[in-house]
Amino acid sequence: MATQDATLGARSGPPRLRAERRRVGEDIVKVLLGLCALVSIATTVGIVAALLQPAIEFFREVDILDYLTGTNWAPLFQPQSFGVVPLVVGTLAVTFWACVVCMPLGLGAAIYLSEYARPRARKWLKPSLEVLAGIPTVVYGFFALTFFTPLLQDIGFQVGVFNVLSAGLVMGIMLLPTVASISEDAMSSVPQDLRAGAYALGATRLHVSTRIVVPAAISGIIASYVLAISRAIGETMIVLIAAGTLAQLTFDPREASETMTAFIAATGIGDVPSGSIEYKTIFAVGLTLFVITLVMNVIAIRLVKRWREVYE
Amino acid sequence: MSAVPLDLRNRDRSARLRGRLFHAAIFASTTIGLVVLAVLLIDVIRKGLPYLDGILLTDPPSSLPERAGAGPAIRGTIYLMGLLLIMAVPIGVGTAIYLEEYADRSRWYNRLLEVNIQNLAAVPSIVYGILGLAFLVRGIGLGRVLLAGAMILTLLVLPILIVASREAIRAVPDSIRQGAYALGATKWQVVSRQILPAAIPGIATGSILALSRAIGETAPLLLVGALQYVAFNPTLLGDFTALPIQIFQWIARPQDEFHDLAAAGIVVLLIILLTMNALAIWLRNRYSKKW
Amino acid sequence: MSESETEVPIKSLTPRDLAREKPTPEPRSAEDVVFHVEDLVVSYSGKCALRGVTLDIQRNYVTAFIGPSGCGKSTFIRCFNRMNDLIPGATVEGTIDYHGTDLYGPDVDAVEVRKRIGMVFQKPNPFPKSIYDNVAFGPRVLGMTDNLDERVEQALHRAALWDEVGKRLKESALSLSGGQQQRLCIARCIAVEPDVILMDEPASALDPIATTRIEDLMQELKNDYTIVVVTHNMQQAARVADMTAFFSVDVGQDGDRTGVLVEYDTTDKMFTTPSDQRTEDYVTGRFG
Repeated sequence: MATQDATLGARSGPPRLRAERRRVGEDIVKVLLGLCALVSIATTVGIVAALLQPAIEFFREVDILDYLTGTNWAPLFQPQSFGVVPLVVGTLAVTFWACVVCMPLGLGAAIYLSEYARPRARKWLKPSLEVLAGIPTVVYGFFALTFFTPLLQDIGFQVGVFNVLSAGLVMGIMLLPTVASISEDAMSSVPQDLRAGAYALGATRLHVSTRIVVPAAISGIIASYVLAISRAIGETMIVLIAAGTLAQLTFDPREASETMTAFIAATGIGDVPSGSIEYKTIFAVGLTLFVITLVMNVIAIRLVKRWREVYE
Repeated sequence: MSAVPLDLRNRDRSARLRGRLFHAAIFASTTIGLVVLAVLLIDVIRKGLPYLDGILLTDPPSSLPERAGAGPAIRGTIYLMGLLLIMAVPIGVGTAIYLEEYADRSRWYNRLLEVNIQNLAAVPSIVYGILGLAFLVRGIGLGRVLLAGAMILTLLVLPILIVASREAIRAVPDSIRQGAYALGATKWQVVSRQILPAAIPGIATGSILALSRAIGETAPLLLVGALQYVAFNPTLLGDFTALPIQIFQWIARPQDEFHDLAAAGIVVLLIILLTMNALAIWLRNRYSKKW
Repeated sequence: MSESETEVPIKSLTPRDLAREKPTPEPRSAEDVVFHVEDLVVSYSGKCALRGVTLDIQRNYVTAFIGPSGCGKSTFIRCFNRMNDLIPGATVEGTIDYHGTDLYGPDVDAVEVRKRIGMVFQKPNPFPKSIYDNVAFGPRVLGMTDNLDERVEQALHRAALWDEVGKRLKESALSLSGGQQQRLCIARCIAVEPDVILMDEPASALDPIATTRIEDLMQELKNDYTIVVVTHNMQQAARVADMTAFFSVDVGQDGDRTGVLVEYDTTDKMFTTPSDQRTEDYVTGRFG
């Protein structure tokens, strides 16, 4: 029966466990935080919308097949031509030279850090490499134009003032820490007892590094490669400064070549009347760039899933 | 088996040679980056040293190299930093809190959110510039102003901030959460009174590193209209410029003196970045907790 | 290898009972000594882990190292194939002579040592490759690539694994059961034609049936190889070993724990009439 005092055991029915009142504060907080999260969704929607709308208008005026297969890119000259192939080739050319540097050297550095370097050396080597990754790209562009290109010329390579080789090689150095860092993480996760088993058979460190550790870490290594390619494709300042804005279709790395990103930047800086076809090229090329990087991202995820090593 | 001593020496000379060559090759791979870094720094300092003075830091640019400075550009960069702090950090941390503490991972929209953030991190920076150009500059008519630049950079660094903040929040041991909940605290009380305070050093470190990346970005700002010749101090809704843009403008000039000026500007930029990174590392070491 | 129906359950047989039934191994001459260990001391970063070990390992015997945890038996066995070299801060003093040559001599190449002295680990560690590639790894790396298929098949036969995997050599080694993986590791070890096989608690991660197969395998393998095995399972030592060494922990004045060799003799003597009281205590289970 109900009593006045709230002594133990003397209760007036089952305990009241529902909240006294609706916790409005909690709800508000949850909404606010959800809104924060929505910002990133809005960003993606915005990017897609920003690119698609003008791009669609562009492709009403320019035949998409001409765009994709044309080898003459001259939107700002008369007669106008909108073949995007030179820009794509320019991008791929610079990316190629960047990969020539960052893929083997990055992997080599990762093997050294993971399997050969003494712990004390690794402690300061790894952060030092990270510094390379933190330098702004405009600085690398400056370095490529004012130091590296003259250096190449002094050695005897007849490169132009603007050239693909300079931009590509310097970009490769910039991407080296990315490849090295991710690959080294992958290699460090290979269990030690796999190495012990190999050493016990009489294998040398070279054998263990190349035949056991690298194959076991291959998914991480490939992921780092794909990430490097993706970054190389999307990089702007190094190519704008060092590779030039001449949209010519060439496979000679000693010549200048405009990449997709450099074109977008150069056009954006210039005075292009809003709404004109020249203005819309920014978005058409931007869309092309976006699609390429998106596809690379998807490939990366697929590749990593396929090659993910199971150790146990 | 006789008792003649076995030869256990390494007799495979070619294997030894291969081993040594390999060791040398991978060591070279590691150090070549550092060598290039050293060369780059020396070159930049050497070229820029004559121009490192008060004029550089305070005066506006000029067509005469002796009188050109990066005053407005430096101010622009500092203003951008401030705006980023106000805009990017709360949104980034808020998103991180939402994903770590509030979101039900089994719901499709939350998984979509995570995938979306990962994809955004892979988008080239210039695409953010295009976004800004379309929506902010032309779209809502904000124009080529500082605020637009800051908003675009905010969106650019948001994915990095979110990842760093999530890691800081995740590092807080679950036992602290359980203990707080068990005392009858509401979710927000647990987050605001236990988790956030514990995660602040990690969040601060991550924020500073994200900001230092944003400071070095040039491409998006080019598109959003950072003008390359700004002779007055930037205001929130006026024409603006930033240090990387000023550097770029000087590089684009054909005269060698302007290249040297650019080098000086680079030195200033690198010093700013170095300070920020050192601050981040100091913060991490000072406040890193051992659970 | 079939189990007889009238066999007494293993649990009820003490190591003493098992050892009593073992025949005493024939006496050996000096030429049959594979390892001669003299006053061995192993330290990790200055702290002594194992002290003053002197013993001989005989050819084609199974020699077991037993003792409580922390007594240094794993440390000791790793000295025989220079695996302690891989641990930073590990130092070895004293001598281990292998067929008359000091294993830690100035010119000795650890890789050459490991070609002759193989090791099987406590937790099976197959490489994430196919069964064939696991066994072929050693020969490939050591340049023994002639008749590779036959080498692989023979090694798998000797490890009593061929019947189970002979038809699926291309499958991943990780798809095998724990016991099969361990026999694969033994096959991998055999494929490089070693002289000695070291086994560091090879069956402790396996179920009892798989354990029995490993023990039977040890008895077969000793005809062709010298086997040294570390085990914390006394019944196992009593069953398989010809010679047994008992190690224990010596607690110093400052609480430092160092491993020492207490007694080393034929298995039946060690388990039935040991000379040292500590051995007696351990094998009869009076030991903590």
